[in-house]
Amino acid sequence: MKEEILRMVNITKSFNQVTVLENVDFDMRKGEVHALVGENGAGKSTLIKILAGVYQPDSGKIFINNEEVKLRNPIEAKHRGISIIYQEFSLIPTLSISYNIFLGKEPKNRFGIIDRGKMVLEAKKVLEKIGLNLKPESVVGDLSTGNMQQVEIAKAILENSKILIMDEPTSALTEAETEKLFNIINLLKEKGTSIIYITHRMKEIFQICDRITVLRDGKKVLTSEIKDTSLQDIIRNMTGRNKKIEVLREGTKALNKQSKTPLLEVKNLSSSNNFSSVNFNLFPGEVLGITGLLGSGKTELAQTIFGIEKKDFGEIIIKGDIAKIKSPKDAMNYGIGLIPENRRTQGLILNQSIKTNAVLPSLKRFCNFFIIREKEVMNTVKGIIRQLKIKSKSLNEEVRFLSGGNQQKVVIGKWLIYDPDILIMDEPTIGVDVGAKSEIIEIIKKMAEEGKGVIVISSELNELLAVSDRIIVMSRGKMVKELQREEIENEEELQRAIQTA
Amino acid sequence: MQSKQREMNFDWRKNIVYVVFIIIFAFFSILLFDKGFLTTTNILNIFRQTAMITIMGVGMTFVISTGQIDLSVGSITALSSITTAMVLRSNLGIILASVVGLGTGLLVGLANGLITTKFKIPPFLVTLGMMEVVRGLAMWITHNAPIPIINQKYNNLFGLGNIGGIPIIFIWTIFIVIIGYIVFNHTPLGVYVLATGGNEEAAKYTGINTHKIKLITFLISGILAGFAGMLYAARMQAGRFTFGDGDELSVIAAVILGGTSLNGGKGTIIGTFVGSLIMGIINNGLIIAGLDVSQQMVVRGLVIVFAVAIGSKKD
Repeated sequence: MKEEILRMVNITKSFNQVTVLENVDFDMRKGEVHALVGENGAGKSTLIKILAGVYQPDSGKIFINNEEVKLRNPIEAKHRGISIIYQEFSLIPTLSISYNIFLGKEPKNRFGIIDRGKMVLEAKKVLEKIGLNLKPESVVGDLSTGNMQQVEIAKAILENSKILIMDEPTSALTEAETEKLFNIINLLKEKGTSIIYITHRMKEIFQICDRITVLRDGKKVLTSEIKDTSLQDIIRNMTGRNKKIEVLREGTKALNKQSKTPLLEVKNLSSSNNFSSVNFNLFPGEVLGITGLLGSGKTELAQTIFGIEKKDFGEIIIKGDIAKIKSPKDAMNYGIGLIPENRRTQGLILNQSIKTNAVLPSLKRFCNFFIIREKEVMNTVKGIIRQLKIKSKSLNEEVRFLSGGNQQKVVIGKWLIYDPDILIMDEPTIGVDVGAKSEIIEIIKKMAEEGKGVIVISSELNELLAVSDRIIVMSRGKMVKELQREEIENEEELQRAIQTA
Repeated sequence: MQSKQREMNFDWRKNIVYVVFIIIFAFFSILLFDKGFLTTTNILNIFRQTAMITIMGVGMTFVISTGQIDLSVGSITALSSITTAMVLRSNLGIILASVVGLGTGLLVGLANGLITTKFKIPPFLVTLGMMEVVRGLAMWITHNAPIPIINQKYNNLFGLGNIGGIPIIFIWTIFIVIIGYIVFNHTPLGVYVLATGGNEEAAKYTGINTHKIKLITFLISGILAGFAGMLYAARMQAGRFTFGDGDELSVIAAVILGGTSLNGGKGTIIGTFVGSLIMGIINNGLIIAGLDVSQQMVVRGLVIVFAVAIGSKKD
């Protein structure tokens, strides 16, 4: 067995009498990739923040290299070789790569002036160490998401990190960038760096991780070698129930659905640089899946139909009539709703209550001569909180305090209240725990049963296969395949369709 | 969990304006009891002195809640006092004078709003420029001379009169605060304002025309500043280019002190009212205590810094 580098023993932490972590043990070996998984609210981020010195445990001990340590603040943790790569990067977009990775520890000459030459040289070395050929002089703001993340990693390496914590590192990456990240992780492993890998994507765990620890409701429920476990095993431990990821939608009756007039017809729709000549129909009661790699134009397509992006030419026809959509408001008047890709920046107003967020699109409907009928609003929102099982203290709770899954349910709730005929969902389950994920899938199915048209844009293929009647594959701004659900055997086949597009 | 903790902190912050109000009021009441701080006359005096700041503050609350700022309000009061006085001088009647006074503010607000939203110039810069332009206009059209108002009916209605012993200016203030409160808290506009300030992109994705909302807040701010100018004119029985000089800072301080977030997304009309009273009490108390103008300025400046310190603290 490889040598142990970190051991956390009996870690307990509560906030205001709510126990978030209870007697959690966690250990890391040198040069391993250790998956840390659990539903939102299971305590992953609290555990990580204790390790990073952001929080202090109420009880429990932390050993690094068999020596007991106290991590009183993030600086101490950093000195002990612990670094976090957050989902939102901590880079300064206007500065160059070398300035960013040397921030706060710039090499200086004897007059106290920054030694740029040395800085660029050193930066280049670090970048090469992890197999990157980025120019140290490039401005970070011009980089792709994947490259920004690589710069973050380079920064951590420069700080001589022994333990690197990656929080959902692939959530914003393309397949190719993910591949690159995995190469870097393997390189780091070889050099003896240990990595804590937090993810919701089970597949990646089996691809890259050596061991896994599962947390549930603040307790550790499993630590195991990856090779000794299975997907079912992990999901069972996470949810505490034997929940299968549903792979097939019950008897897709797309055939008779398609006989009616389409709710939505998209003809030759094009938007500069984003996509061109997109054609499809959406029928009442149908779930249409759209997938493709990052940069395929699927998000921009949704934004164009919803009136956020401008179309260059082509037509959007709603229930047989040509629709003039110039703004989201126009789209909403035609009965279209959009659940955007980024719920934190586009879907929600984080510092406002569940109530405000949920009724925002439908507010006018709740008014008598401009005055909001408060009681009716409250009853409606209470109803949606019950219906979607949104976990919250009250309907006045600010949505920023909710977990990712519950936040996404609020976004869905606001459109359920608005009640559009056509709902476009862009990555509806991103960053959402397994439990909420299957609930969201159920909601989508129910909407279709009610005769609405739903477009689900997703890169989670099992999720698409679980709900869609038809799946469109996009690549570089073009529709390349349109497949009936029945034609697709399994996830691998769909993946192949995307990769070969 | 951690969220609960933050929420509690926030509640404390939200209510701090009332705590500060009580402390300052109690402080001056005890300290200056013998000097007549607590007399009805003096309390009414405080209301009279803070009326314009409160009224402009109501408009400013809308503007700041969308994450913008309006530095032109002080200058608007000067120009609208003059346009109103000019209409009255020509004997065209109180109604037309009022329309012109409010219209002056509306036009400046419209200019502010259109320039910020159409040309995407930060409101700070647009209204800073407009502050100069408008006061310059006020000086220009009057050749720096006051325009007296001899229409006593107007002066009584908007400045000097009393109803049952209550100064009419105070009644106007309460009226504006109530209307502002209802619009801010019970109509879609208020919700859209907070949504725009809280997260403009998400508001757009919800079908809110955020440019229109921002424009409307400038119109509200402009009209209310125009109204404040009408009150100045009535109280001083003249239109004058010096009115409202520096008021924009007192207004912003009152709004922030009241608990409205300078970053947008959080606002309170009642808080603004109380914030403005706090400023008024400090001014009044210091005068009664015998401090001279320079010392008053120092204290008031410190209060503004204090207010902004609270307002810009991240929650």
